[in-house]
Amino acid sequence: MSTAVLEPEPPTPASDAPTERPPKVRTKPSASGSLFDRTIVRAAIGQSFRKLDPRVLARNPVMLIVEVGALLTTVLFVRDLGSSTAQENVFAGLVAAFLWFTVLFANLAEAMAEGRGKAQAATLRATRADTTANVLQPDGSVVARSSAELDIGDRCVVTAGEVIPGDGDVIEGIATVDESAITGESAPVIRESGGDRSAVTGGTRVLSDRIVVQISARPGETFLDRMISLVEGADRQKTPNEIALSILLSGLTIIFLLAVVTLQPFAIYSGAEQPVIVLVALLVCLIPTTIGGLLSAIGIAGMDRLVQRNVLAMSGRAVEAAGDVTTLLLDKTGTITFGSRQAAEFIPVHGVTEATVAEGALVSSLADETPEGRSIVELAVGRYGQVAADEPDAVLVPFTAQTRMSGMDLASGRSVRKGAADSVRRFVQEQGGEVPIELLPIVEQVSNDGATPLVVIDRRPGEAWQVLGVVRLKDTVKPGMRERFDELRSMGIRTVMITGDNPLTAAAIAAEAGVDDFLAEATPEDKMALIKREQAGGNLVAMTGDGTNDAPALAQADVGVAMNTGTQAAKEAGNMVDLDSNPTKLIEIVAVGKQLLMTRGSLTTFSIANDVAKYFAIIPAMFAGALPQLDRLNVMDLASPRTAILSAVVFNALVIIGLVPLALRGVRFRAEAATAVLRRNLLVYGLGGVAVPFVGIKLIDLVISTLGVQ
Amino acid sequence: MSWRDLLEIAALVVLLAVTVPPLGRYIAAVYGSRADGTAPGDRVFLPVERALYRAMRIDHRREQRWNAYAMSLLAFSLVSLLGLYALLRLQGALPFNPTDRESVSPTGAFNIAVSFVTNTNWQWYSGEVAMSHLTQMFGLAVQNFVSAGVGFAVVIAIVRGITRTHDRSRSLGNFWVDLTRGTLRILLPMSFLFALVLVSQGVVQNLGGGTSVDLVDPAAAEVVGTDTQTIPGGPVASQIAIKDLGTNGGGFYNANSAHPFENPNGLTNLLAMWSLLALPFALVVAFGILIGDRRQARLLGSVMVGMLVVMSAWTVMAETNGNPRLTELGVDQSVSSLQGGGNMEGKEVRFGTTSCAVYAAATTGTSNGSVNCMHDSFTPLGGMAPMLSMMFGEVSPGGIGVGLMGLLVNALLAVFIAGLMIGRTPEYLGKKIQAAEMKLVTLYILAMPAALLGFAAVSMTLDSANTFQPGPHGLSEVLYNYASAANNNGSAFAYQGTGTDWYTVTQGIAMLIGRFGLIIPALAIAGSLAGKPVVPTTSGTLPTHTPLFGALIAGVVVVASGLTFFPALALGPVLEHLSI
Repeated sequence: MSTAVLEPEPPTPASDAPTERPPKVRTKPSASGSLFDRTIVRAAIGQSFRKLDPRVLARNPVMLIVEVGALLTTVLFVRDLGSSTAQENVFAGLVAAFLWFTVLFANLAEAMAEGRGKAQAATLRATRADTTANVLQPDGSVVARSSAELDIGDRCVVTAGEVIPGDGDVIEGIATVDESAITGESAPVIRESGGDRSAVTGGTRVLSDRIVVQISARPGETFLDRMISLVEGADRQKTPNEIALSILLSGLTIIFLLAVVTLQPFAIYSGAEQPVIVLVALLVCLIPTTIGGLLSAIGIAGMDRLVQRNVLAMSGRAVEAAGDVTTLLLDKTGTITFGSRQAAEFIPVHGVTEATVAEGALVSSLADETPEGRSIVELAVGRYGQVAADEPDAVLVPFTAQTRMSGMDLASGRSVRKGAADSVRRFVQEQGGEVPIELLPIVEQVSNDGATPLVVIDRRPGEAWQVLGVVRLKDTVKPGMRERFDELRSMGIRTVMITGDNPLTAAAIAAEAGVDDFLAEATPEDKMALIKREQAGGNLVAMTGDGTNDAPALAQADVGVAMNTGTQAAKEAGNMVDLDSNPTKLIEIVAVGKQLLMTRGSLTTFSIANDVAKYFAIIPAMFAGALPQLDRLNVMDLASPRTAILSAVVFNALVIIGLVPLALRGVRFRAEAATAVLRRNLLVYGLGGVAVPFVGIKLIDLVISTLGVQ
Repeated sequence: MSWRDLLEIAALVVLLAVTVPPLGRYIAAVYGSRADGTAPGDRVFLPVERALYRAMRIDHRREQRWNAYAMSLLAFSLVSLLGLYALLRLQGALPFNPTDRESVSPTGAFNIAVSFVTNTNWQWYSGEVAMSHLTQMFGLAVQNFVSAGVGFAVVIAIVRGITRTHDRSRSLGNFWVDLTRGTLRILLPMSFLFALVLVSQGVVQNLGGGTSVDLVDPAAAEVVGTDTQTIPGGPVASQIAIKDLGTNGGGFYNANSAHPFENPNGLTNLLAMWSLLALPFALVVAFGILIGDRRQARLLGSVMVGMLVVMSAWTVMAETNGNPRLTELGVDQSVSSLQGGGNMEGKEVRFGTTSCAVYAAATTGTSNGSVNCMHDSFTPLGGMAPMLSMMFGEVSPGGIGVGLMGLLVNALLAVFIAGLMIGRTPEYLGKKIQAAEMKLVTLYILAMPAALLGFAAVSMTLDSANTFQPGPHGLSEVLYNYASAANNNGSAFAYQGTGTDWYTVTQGIAMLIGRFGLIIPALAIAGSLAGKPVVPTTSGTLPTHTPLFGALIAGVVVVASGLTFFPALALGPVLEHLSI
């Protein structure tokens, strides 16, 4: 019941919480499509052939070797076409074909991962159309110019219905802006000069009023341009861990190359020389093609998962860093709490009933439109059953900085006030009223709990002012925060709450929310110092921010997520931008970063574990003729040497396609301690990686031997 | 297995359990585990060390950047190599040669010099008929000490790489100091004591030439045409002590520890096995103390013990089961109190199959290579086990310093894959493992297989290199011998004639690759780690002291080498086994 009363009110623009957060409506067409959107798949199939170009494949040494192998087997197949038996030709032809498929499937995986971003970029490009900018001249006149010719510092006038010509800050006026082109949010947002909501983005549309925008980015370098190249993955750089993994995969490839090349002299010595096609087949099966083929798709899909959550990462490095984060700095207001103080309780002084306090507080707040005032009304009506009667001729006594009180003077002559404890006390004493001695302990108790006390007083006609009691105003922690922080803790991430509150209040809220630590009375300098301290201790720090004074800290943090509602400075300092401006999203970003690495690691393990079964398929098959003793190693009882080798090659190609969904979606992520995650992933992808190919190769062997391959 | 075998194994286990921890603590103290910087025996050793540093003009307080450390190590090894080469080439003309041994051929001398400098002790020659006393004492024995001393230096440098943080100079200590302290304070006193024990048990120690004696059986005189024989003697015990303690393995006699003058009785056999394993395991204990995290060392030690136990059990089973073809013929091969039993070909009757098999696992699990029976005569699977131990990179527990180094590199590989699997940039012992380290790890894991498979493959195609037995066993011989060279082991499948120019030169190259091709990347990794900050440990950190991670390290070692060598092994020992 009580939580129902404490439903959050949308904060007023004057409060320091982020404002616009309407219900999420995703309007981006590509983000809504399923993983295997038909248009994306069709485009990807075309792409996968184009990517056969060795210059493109050179980025991926593992797949380049497969392509060379495919070319070699094709040449040999064609050369020996006339001199071989039909069965030999079928075998050679199928091996060559499936080696090509192996490369194509890997290309397809990458193209599919890119496809979604490409579709998104196309939508964004449509909004980047050249617009006309009305440039304000020093003399006050306005000159129309193409938005492509704008320069930094130009001032443009934008009126209702017009598209903002470039990134910049509002220096004059206030307007509602439709930013759906970028954020996908259909509800308009308010942009005004000064403060932290001055940034506007080129390509968005002004819906009402008139603003003057000072351009801060050159055409071609605007946020929209950056966003297009990011979602498209045009200048995708390999991330640090991806580079390290690529090195390892290249090393493994060289080792297997060595094992296969040296096998021929050993085989010749043993009287069982091998055809080149068979050696190529063995090599391709052994080198880590599964992870090699899916590696870039995993990286692209990881970035894409962030884009789907409406977060733009400026680099893949930042996404990876998010997975490593050990300290999370979260602003209290708006992130951990709702950001508005809500009435939670009425505490009477001696001789007064709770209902009386509730009634007094209610009357004092009838005309109070602040969130606090409305929450008092709700609490009094909802929990204490007071009736909010109409008081027709009542006079509102507004809050002023001098009195620090507000209230009502009723027609009946009754007056009610509520306000800050010390002001009210002084007021009552000045007016000749009496302040009960137990008021001070109550007020102190409420303060110590991290809440704000409001004292309610009442004066009946002809009587002195009488203290009724205290309203406890509390900043409410969002539901579910404690659980999220527990999850983070289990993953080894400390959360630190940043707040401007005094240490007492901060400690109380920190305890209620379950964060690990807090920084009270925080100034931007304190925040910066905290980040540097954490980093000196080896921690990786993530934070969110929106104001200009957050910019240095955002730049210093390892993962700095700027709110899209924030200033241009903040957006440039951070390495990610959250288009939804939802500070809680930091937690999701961490999960995406971890999932990205987990997917890579798991598929690497799977890929290497697969080799065990492939050896047992291919080695006995290679030597079945000359060294029949080795048939004891044919534990899968495969039909014939040729079907055995072919089955391994086919399995090797199909497993890439089979794992594309996993590569694009990422392996299952759960917030758990490292050992538990490792145990599960080793079981699934390590042991599974050993077992699956035994079954798969056997099944493929059954199929192709039934189809008549001998 | 007889009760005698069980007793010997139990005694070995107890001996190791009792001596390894204090030895480890002593090594740690020698390398600065005490807060005040003192070490036991300072009163005796410190003046000697200072005098040595003064004589060699070494500023013992000066730290070396990792590459300077590596260059010092290389320079020292090069000078050692040239010195030993010169000694071997000139031995015929040099004094202290009571048995008139001739100088060694250029390729032969190259092979021997490399072999002893790299702690391999591969011997293509018969020690008692090829080496002068001068060479044995001032050449081979000296290298036995200092090549093991280099191993200490490597592990201590790695320790510093792990424990130092944010070190911009990436310094790893002073090579000359590490070498001197390890040799002077650990190897010399232990070898001295051990040599005394060996002498007390009948190991030869003299400076004369051969001893001429009348033949025991005069009837044989007619057959051989003489009634006296010369029994070769020399400074044997002093050589054997460091041969076993320093994971060297180069015997004074060709028959190595199967020779009664090197290994006269059951007690010396037991002590020999102890001395193969003691220092490599003690170094793991010292590692734990020095990095300040004994749990990590306990896990690495457990992995080593686990692998050693499995490989021992494998060899023992293969050898005690004997040859199935003989069983078919009705031959009794059972182990009993009356006979050793099992596959007795090439075994020393005094020791029997079990002791021999355990010795084989210990000598190839370390990089020792001394033998008390002939590995070439093992059953196919029995011979495959020591071969595989070497192909694993000799990490159970491996040579002095380099064994732990190998397991640590495997741990980096394991941590890299595991780290990704838990969703974090991999980290080991607080240091992040990134592209720079993985590049070096990749170089490291490539070197040994490249040398092994590359030279073995060429050997199989060269007519001139065909000095091995026919059939799959011939391939096993070549594989074994290059595995031994590329892993600096020194034991051999000894039928194969390896004294040809091809083998002496290529095995020499393989030994150099297997030594410096691994040490230099490892030192570079240590240098890179020294420059990194420490990542704080949280519940999101992968714990690297759990049984799960131990299984993962062992898995990486087995899977990586298994995948690399499976085709070759399939055509060698596996085919031979299936063909019985």
